[in-house]
Parts: sequence; structure tokens; C-alpha cells
Amino acid sequence: MPKSKRNPVGRRGFLRGAVAGAAAFAAQAPNATPQQQNANAPARAEATAPAESGVRIVERAGSDFMVDVIQSLGIEYVFAMPGSSFAGLHESILNYAGNKNPEYITCMHEESSVAMANGYAKVEGKPVAIAVHGTVGLQHASMAVYDAFADHSPVYMILGNSQDATKRGGEVIWVHSAQDPAALVRDITKWDDQPVSLPHFAESAVRAYKIKMTPPMGPVAITIDTELQEEQIPIGTNLRIPKLSPSTPPAGDGAAIADAAKMLVAAENPVLLAGRMARTPEGMKNLVELAELLQCAVLDQHRRLNFPSRHPLNQSNRAGQGGKPLMVPVVMAPDLVVGLESNDLYTAIRLVRARNPQLKVISISAGDLFQRSNYQNFQRYTEEDISIAADAEATLPYLIEACKKLITDDRKRTFQARGAKLAEAHNQALEKARLDASYGWDASPISTARLSAELWAQIRTEDWALVTDSSPWIHDWPLQLWDFTKHYQYIGGAGAEGVGYAAPAAVGAAFAHKRHGRLPIAIQPDGDLMCANGVLWTAAHHKIPMLTMMHNNRAYHQEVMGLQGLANRRQRGIDHIEIGTKIYDPYIDYAKLASSMGVRSEGPITDPKDLAGAIRRGIQAVKGGEPYLVDVVTQPR
Amino acid sequence: MKNMILAASIALLLLAKGAHAQQPPGDVAKGKALYMKNGCYECHGTVGQGGTGPRLAPRTASLAYVRKPAGQMPPYTPKVMPDAELLDVQAYLMSIPAPPAVKSLGILNQ
Ligand code: HEC
Repeated sequence: MPKSKRNPVGRRGFLRGAVAGAAAFAAQAPNATPQQQNANAPARAEATAPAESGVRIVERAGSDFMVDVIQSLGIEYVFAMPGSSFAGLHESILNYAGNKNPEYITCMHEESSVAMANGYAKVEGKPVAIAVHGTVGLQHASMAVYDAFADHSPVYMILGNSQDATKRGGEVIWVHSAQDPAALVRDITKWDDQPVSLPHFAESAVRAYKIKMTPPMGPVAITIDTELQEEQIPIGTNLRIPKLSPSTPPAGDGAAIADAAKMLVAAENPVLLAGRMARTPEGMKNLVELAELLQCAVLDQHRRLNFPSRHPLNQSNRAGQGGKPLMVPVVMAPDLVVGLESNDLYTAIRLVRARNPQLKVISISAGDLFQRSNYQNFQRYTEEDISIAADAEATLPYLIEACKKLITDDRKRTFQARGAKLAEAHNQALEKARLDASYGWDASPISTARLSAELWAQIRTEDWALVTDSSPWIHDWPLQLWDFTKHYQYIGGAGAEGVGYAAPAAVGAAFAHKRHGRLPIAIQPDGDLMCANGVLWTAAHHKIPMLTMMHNNRAYHQEVMGLQGLANRRQRGIDHIEIGTKIYDPYIDYAKLASSMGVRSEGPITDPKDLAGAIRRGIQAVKGGEPYLVDVVTQPR
Repeated sequence: MKNMILAASIALLLLAKGAHAQQPPGDVAKGKALYMKNGCYECHGTVGQGGTGPRLAPRTASLAYVRKPAGQMPPYTPKVMPDAELLDVQAYLMSIPAPPAVKSLGILNQ
């Protein structure tokens, strides 16, 4: 009996359908659900009669239907390193879907798949799916899952597993199977399920999508059984895909918002402290409106880009370490701090509260709507005067309206004077950042300030985006020096501060920028890249344009400092602390590493005068559609 | 106590030289080596430009702070870094020239 093949005409028809679907997607209203946007929503896989016995032929596989469901959710890509436990799905993606909607993106480590999906979702506001072995693959992936969880990022995970013990063909399948694969990540996901039938899969897959996209967003996992994927769809199975009913993000209670507005309008020195507030560009726009209305200070904690970096009311540069304030500076002397999805409100207000016990605190956070117990990413308990358990982005428009009603002409005049002072302070802080950046300008190893300034000089006229964290590792120079105006230009860092996040999240984010033709810039820490550097190959293979500038300080530098501190306190000197903390003997040649994987590269660069040329060549390559890496030997920070 | 003696001796030496930004008593080359060997550069940058710790160069003030730091900085007791070495490091830090004016660095003004 011949191997079953889809009729090629039907396949072309399908591709036409997919194109029409994509066009329809482009024209849709922004709040249309993925299923409304997707022309292929109804299931195409149907239950048909099984083939004659003898050779095992499958006419309509269960995983074909799974692809229908994935497609109905508007998921365009599946990021995965291959694994036999989801091979059925893999094959359906390639041969049933024609490797389009979803397209299979080859990853070289499951941690990379998840972190790439995280970076992608934060840029595009729309998830991809990732697929992993439910056991060994998920174990690899788990750190990246925690990063996404702590970062409220919607990662959609598909875990392969062989549920029926009597069907496991041998030792390897047994060790690759689990009774409850998602148990491993249940503390760091919003929801999971292990459906036992295709209709059950459809319902759970749609439910998982809904749950993960409702703020606070977070990763979800659906375990798919190998038999369910690989076997014939049983005759008579009702293969309906339930309609996706997205939840509106929860906005705050009206009375609480009115009280908050009263406090805001009455305050002498209110500070708006935004962490993961701007889920979308709308959030940023609304924060600008609120701040301008009140002419009050904004501190952006930069877990997303919440506020334009050079807006006169942006006071982030005044806050100690670089542009990413961990604490509200005492000099700002606030009488009210409003946390907007603030990641660590307790620490942020610790010093100002110690100075002024009368300090009033308001929090608006969806974090209060969902907590897990085990992992402690929820931070210390904060005493607040008003605590609004709601999505801050969805709440802002109501808060703005409530404030507008209360502002008298008198207050307006006070606000104007306040705004003028803040603008002055903003300018002074920028000038100070520039002065600080000038120290060590010609140093070798190259200062991270010089690296950031050289980059800015060449990207500022382009449609650029930073795809790595402007972290303390590089003294937050980009956030201090660059003019960030668009939401997509910055996506924060690793939610759980896991090392190994930066490189894959950057590739995932760059992949999202590709369709928009943007210029993604990564400032890549060396130790982080070495966790799973196969993402360089993924970038080359899938032609993901991005310019990677290595921040090659040849160390796990945070640990260098920590160990140094311990050794000194014990009065033992620091003669041995490079053991286990520095990356030397040999130094790693990142340019060679990159070129071995098909990424054009140059370096190591040690003279800052060589930077401009390398950046120019890099930008050219990226504009030509490829990734490019420049190895830069840098100062520790 | 040692702290005070160190600070006082540096102050005296500076006074003796009648100097503010003039070369202190230590040895610049040795000081640079010690600054690297003792890992000051890990937090303050190889030319004292600042990093996790604040900017140290160019500066004239004493380094007595290292004996009893009040914040995040790890203490350097005389056991791990004798007074004489600190003087050498200070000499190195004092020898570092001021950076070019910000206005002269075109790309830093964009
Ligand atoms: C692990 C990081 C670290 C190391 C290593 C380190 N410092 Fe510091 N240093 C700091 C920090 C952080 C501060 C800011 C004050 C504080 O938190 O203690 C500081 C402050 C100082 C100050 C006071 C600066 C001022 O203007 O008030 C001096 C002087 C200083 N360090 C000198 C040194 C010298 C010399 C060495 C090497 C022998 C050194 N430090 C090594 C982190 C470090």
C-alpha cells in the first residue's frame, strides 16, 4: 500500500489559504482574537477510515489536528530542538502545515527555545509556541521558564510524553516518560494540563492560551501524548476547536482609583515608579499622559520600556546605579510613591520611607492576582496605603480621567513649577551621565560607556532596538545615554536574573524585529553566551539580522566581586579568586566561535578607536539581512 | 587607629610637598600593578573611571576609606594590603590624567 500523501493541489490550496489568512491578520482590528484573525480556524483534519491492516499507515494523524488548533490560535512559529516525544507534531508541522503557521525554528538547546520565545513575546506582544521533551528537554528549559514566569511573559510550552506505559517501546522511551511532566515547572507556570483525547487537547490548548495572555501573563504547558499525536484520529471524533474568549485585562476598582487620584493630585512630590507596567505601546503613551498631566516625576525600573528615556519628567538617571533605579533616591524627597507593576516596591521605597515615615504608597499591580508559593520572586511584603490588585496598564486611563476631574487651576500652576524643576534635574542628570562616561574614554580594555556611545552614534538615525538588558553589567549606559522613545526598543532583562537568558532572548527578540525591518542591537555578556551559544547558529540558519557587540570582560564578573568581598572580609587577600570566576587560559575567541556557526564576525577589539569601523561594518551586514558579531574586550563593567 | 595614622601621614606628606594635585610619595608603576593585583579595578575600573564602585581618578584624597568601608566595598585590612601599598596605589590614581572635555567628544553629545 502506498504511503499516504496529501493531494498536492489540496496543499497548494492550503498555502493560498494561509496567505489569505496572513493578509486578513494584517488588516484586523488590534483586539480581534487570534482565531478571528486566522482564516484557517476550523479544523481541517477529519476522522477518516483507517487503512487496510498489514503495514501501519496513518491517514489522518492526531498531531495534524493539534496543528489545526495551534494555527487557530494564531501561533506562527514553534521554537524547538527536536525530540522523539513530539516527533508526531514536528512531522505535522512540516508536512501537514507545509512548515508555515506554524513554522519550525530550529533551536540547539531547550533553554534557548524558551528564552527565545520570551524575547519574541516581549517585542511582539504575541506568543510563539515551544516544544520540548517533557522530561530531559523540560529539565534543560526550566531556568528559562522561571525567567519568563518572573517576567510575566507568555510562553506557550508543548511537552512531549508517552503516557501509556504498555506502549513505550524500550528503555529510552521509558526514561524519557513521566507520570506528570509539568510537575517540574508547576511552581513557575500559570497553568498546565495533560489531555487524554484530541477534543480534550483542543479545549486545554485554547484554555492555556487564554490563561497565559491574561495579566499577569506567564508561561503555560500542555503535555501531548505520543500516541495521541501519532495515531489515526478515531472515527467519529468530534474535532471542534473551541472559540478563544480572551479575558479583558483586569482594571482597578473605581472607588480605589478615585482615592488614588485624590492622593496624586494633592501630593507635593509624587513619584510614579513603573516596573513591568507597559505591556504594550499604549501603556507607555498613558504613562506619559498621566505624568504630563501631573507634571510629576517618573522613575522607570525598566523591566519594560515604560517611559521615554529623555522625557524631561524622566528622573531615572538621578537614581544611583545607572538608569535603572533600584531605589527611589532620597534627594527626590517624595511624599507619595505610586508603584505601577513595580518589581520590588519594598526595596524601591526603603530609603525614602526611612527618611519620611509619613510617605504614602499606592500600588497597582496584577501581581497581587496571582502568586505561587515556592519560588520567592514576589519579593518582600510592602505596606501600602492603597493596594489595587489590577493590571496597571488597563487601569491608567481611568486614573487619568479621575485625576483630570480633580485638578484646579491652582494645582495646575503648582504642577507647572514642579515640572520645570524636574526638567532641569533631568538635564543635569543627563549631563552628569555624559561626564561620567567621559572617564576612561580611551582606556583599554574598552569602557562600557565608550562602547555604548560609539553604538549610539551610529544607530540613532536608524529604526533600532536594544535586545539585551541595559544592565548594571554595563553600568546601564544605554538607558543613561540613548534616546529610547518606542516601546519595542527595550524589553528589560531576565525576570529571574538567570545567566544564559541574554543570548537566546536577544535572538528571539531580533527574530520578532525582522519582519519590521528593524536594527536589533545586542550587548552580549561573555559568560551568558557560553551557556548555550548554539543560538548563534540559529541566528545564522534562520537569517536573523542582529548586531551583537560582545561585552567580553573575560569573567563572571558579579561573582568576582562577591568572592573578592568574602576573601577580604576574611583577611585572606584575593590572590586566588580568579579560580572559578574568570574566563582565561585560554581566552575565548568569540569571533571565531561565531564564524564557526556561520555568523560573520570580527575582533577581539581592544583599542576603542577600532570600534566605529567595526560597528559600521556590522550595521551594513545586518542591513543585508544577516547576524554579525563584534568581539569587544571590555572593562569589568 | 591605623586608619587615622595613614590618613594623617598622607596628609602630612602632601602638606610637606605643599601640593594639591602634585605627585604623592608612592611609586606610580608599583601602584598601578598593586591596583590591578588587589582587584581595585574590578569595581573601580582599570583607570579609576568607576564601575560598581565610584570614580577614583583623578583624585588627590587619601585611600583611608579602604580600611573601614561603610557600604558595599569589601574592607582591605593592613594584613592584605599594607599602608605603603596604599600610598603607591594613591600615586597611581593621582597620575591618571583628567578625561577630555565632554564637549570635545562629539559622539557623547548626541
Ligand atoms: C567589590 C568591589 C570593590 C572593590 C574590589 C574595591 N572597591 Fe572601593 N568601593 C567600592 C564601592 C561600592 C564603593 C562605594 C562606597 C561603598 O559602598 O563602600 C567604594 C568606595 C571606595 C572609596 C571611597 C570613594 C569616595 O570617593 O568616597 C575608595 C577610596 C576606594 N573605594 C578605593 C578602593 C581601592 C584602593 C581598592 C583596591 C585596593 C578598592 N576600592 C576595591 C567597591 C569596591
